[in-house]
Amino acid sequence: MSRVQDLQKNLFGGTTSNVRQFGMIFTLVAIVLLFQAWTGGLTLTSGNLIAVVSQYSYILILAIGMLMVIVAGHIDLSVGSVAAFTGIVVAKVMQEHSLPWPLGIALGLLVGALIGAWQGFWVAYVGVPAFIVTLAGMMLFRGGNQYIGNADTVPVPEGFRTIGAGYLPEVGPDTGYNNLTLLLGLAACAGMVWREWRARQTRREMNADVAPIWVTVIRLAVMLAVIVFATLRFAGGRVGTSLPISGIILIALVLAYSFYTRNTVGGRRIYAVGGNARAAELSGVKLKRVNFFVMMNMSVLAALAGMIFVARSAASGPQDGLSWELDAIAAVFIGGAAVSGGLGTISGSIVGGLVMALLNNGLQLEGVGSDMVQVIKGLVLLLAVAFDVYSKSQGRFSITGTLMRPFRREQPDAPTAPPGAASEPGKAPIAG
Amino acid sequence: MRQVAPLLEMRSISKTFPGVKALTDVNLVVREGEIHAICGENGAGKSTLMKVLSGVHPHGSYSGEIVYRGEQVRFGDIRASEQAGIVIIHQELALVPGMSITENIFLGNEPRRRGAIDWQAAQRRALELMERVGLREDPDTLIKDIGVGKQQLVEIAKAFAKDVQLLILDEPTAALNEDDSRHLLDLLRGFRDRGITSIIISHKLNEIEAIADTITILRDGRTIESLDVKADGVNEDRIVRGMVGRELSSRFPEHTPAIGEVFFEVRDWTVRHPSSDERLVCKGADFHVRRGEIVGFAGLMGAGRTELAMSLFGRSYGTWLSGRVFKDGKEIQLKSVADAIRHGLAYVSEDRKSIGLNLLDDIKTSMVAAKPSKISRRGVIDPVREHRVAEDYRKSLRIKTPSVDEQVAKLSGGNQQKVVLAKWMFTDPDLLILDEPTRGIDVGAKYEIYGIIQRLVGQGKGVVVISSELPELIGLCDRIYTVFEGSITGEVTRRDADPELLMKKMTAKKKSPAS
Repeated sequence: MSRVQDLQKNLFGGTTSNVRQFGMIFTLVAIVLLFQAWTGGLTLTSGNLIAVVSQYSYILILAIGMLMVIVAGHIDLSVGSVAAFTGIVVAKVMQEHSLPWPLGIALGLLVGALIGAWQGFWVAYVGVPAFIVTLAGMMLFRGGNQYIGNADTVPVPEGFRTIGAGYLPEVGPDTGYNNLTLLLGLAACAGMVWREWRARQTRREMNADVAPIWVTVIRLAVMLAVIVFATLRFAGGRVGTSLPISGIILIALVLAYSFYTRNTVGGRRIYAVGGNARAAELSGVKLKRVNFFVMMNMSVLAALAGMIFVARSAASGPQDGLSWELDAIAAVFIGGAAVSGGLGTISGSIVGGLVMALLNNGLQLEGVGSDMVQVIKGLVLLLAVAFDVYSKSQGRFSITGTLMRPFRREQPDAPTAPPGAASEPGKAPIAG
Repeated sequence: MRQVAPLLEMRSISKTFPGVKALTDVNLVVREGEIHAICGENGAGKSTLMKVLSGVHPHGSYSGEIVYRGEQVRFGDIRASEQAGIVIIHQELALVPGMSITENIFLGNEPRRRGAIDWQAAQRRALELMERVGLREDPDTLIKDIGVGKQQLVEIAKAFAKDVQLLILDEPTAALNEDDSRHLLDLLRGFRDRGITSIIISHKLNEIEAIADTITILRDGRTIESLDVKADGVNEDRIVRGMVGRELSSRFPEHTPAIGEVFFEVRDWTVRHPSSDERLVCKGADFHVRRGEIVGFAGLMGAGRTELAMSLFGRSYGTWLSGRVFKDGKEIQLKSVADAIRHGLAYVSEDRKSIGLNLLDDIKTSMVAAKPSKISRRGVIDPVREHRVAEDYRKSLRIKTPSVDEQVAKLSGGNQQKVVLAKWMFTDPDLLILDEPTRGIDVGAKYEIYGIIQRLVGQGKGVVVISSELPELIGLCDRIYTVFEGSITGEVTRRDADPELLMKKMTAKKKSPAS
């Protein structure tokens, strides 16, 4: 294997969606650089990055839940309405019964869980397609929001606003940076190094090929550089601002759900159900339970996203969460999930979500109207998935593969299929 | 043999897929009015060759030339080859289940009058075509309501609607029972008598021996030889030798059974059809399995063997009405697949692609999918253990793959089947039910699968084999039950097993049917 391929394979993990993921990161970097140049360096300023996180964390939180829903072979159109409904319930109860805000958050999560149970019941136990159940939910809970709030806005108390508009506090000596954010960045670096070391260890225990050390070093260097850069930007903002609390919630969720979907039996079952429900059932997976869980989980995350949004805008209104479902679904598909289920990763969806967020942000910075923003987002979604479809139909086409071809000396690895695998109708696309 | 100029000649065809040479200088000569069989193991390049011929792989994507009716042809797509009268019928039938027979016959080829479809003409013509292929059905019947055998006939009728001159059938009898297969083969003979040339690809060597005039054998993408059946005195062993390049002394590995006591028993198993209230798919079935015993289930397609197996396996099919299951003398409850796995049952389904495997998974994930708890702690998967388990199976079952991280979809049929076997061996079952374990896989892999089955019973497990190939059951099993319309109609030991006896029992009602 040539060095270039080595690098490509090891930098982006050896998964099946590897090419796709690389394409996505490539797109993300391209978008960042494009806007950075276009806005004259505005995109990557501390203030803007902090604003992006606090403004768009909801897309990313929804994308996590939506990824699992889509992997399991469903879809959830109700997330925006569920978020809005939860927001108004929580705001109203806190206002009228002067409920303390931590209890308000608990209440919101409970509302999300109940709505999720409702939708999960119809999907998993009655067998109504999730598209229909959540389309109904979309109308139901949008109406519910307006009914409860009298189509009016309801303010939320100061404490509650922390989860949407709060930042890490300033503590310790004056370093010119937010110390807690610096610590967090340090922890992230340490975590990254540890993870890399563990991964090598694991490969060795498997007696599998361990990536050459220089690849690991480059990979680590790139990631550490990104973390350090981000840390300094987030820590170096206007005094009083730093990494938003919503960003911390998001990071925690990403870590937890990545672990869940990749490393646990439960996570694997979701992929099994989405990949081939009948095969999963005949392997002892309880289909209904998995379907119920993903739908319920989505609504809980939607409730959380709704509360964060309400907290940030200091009030809950009838227009909250409009067309969020579309942003979340787009993020997941841009991130490489398959429409038919069974494929997709949390990290891919997060990258997809970041693409959406940065597009929104960059175009806004440039003063592009929301009409054109929609047009551009639509085109990006279409092109991203078209690229996916195209690369699948071409076997192993990839941007990098094409770009790197002139530098490649060796033949690509012989595909693993025996010569005639290509002769079996169902498999033709893989070899052909 | 008539001496006619060849209808079709494919000359030094080579076809390369990225990294794989699928065909190397393949030659094929088909004479007009013959039945020409193409044999070869999975991956020998049979289907690829047919795809080149039919334009699925268009001209320019391969090298070599095709001469058809004395002229060099260059098909750009299937439409072009169909216009020349070459029609290919794939293993996976290309019919729309929700449309009627007539609609399917004329799909994409509808008779028109002034721009609108002339359904009356279509109906008339459909009846004519159905008559020709011996299909007696109402032409308005929906495809999903007729069996696979008849669906195959619809496909052939569809080919006739396109005025076929060279009919190519890819594994036409793979999914058919003996009756339907026989009917289809008779039909092909009838076509031959009327001058229609057929190319047939099949793994069923007895059929090929019975029907083909000429056999071309491919191995590893090369033409090995072309045999004239009558002149060369070809028999099955001769074909196998050509296909695998050596003589297979026996189709079954040596095995000395070591049979213990009865450990698994099913009594009065009765199951209702999932959608029809009156139909019973199992009627009071009683059977038992001893430790170290290979028990066969023989029956025609639709006799209820798969239904019996799946309903036992955690009630995965139909509605359970009555019946008890005993293991090691104790009654056990099998209400869900999880129950069944816990009690040491394993079911390897007949259709590994649609219900046996998640084709998106890699090999190692597939192997541990039925019992992930064995490689995880508190729900967290240990990748090192998973990898080791998979590597062990890869070696012991000789699965041909560079790495257990590969997708199962990339494996050949035989290797996929080994992955499914590994998946169920990993659950440490006491009783394995294998439903058509060798369907659609080649001779060499079959031999290996038989070896694996024998190793399993050698460990004191019980194995139930459901198969539509009687020679396989007779060669492999210590005892065979025959099933007819949901009832067990007979029990035959290895010593007495012969095809006629089994066939008689699997087509006859029991004297005192359980009701």
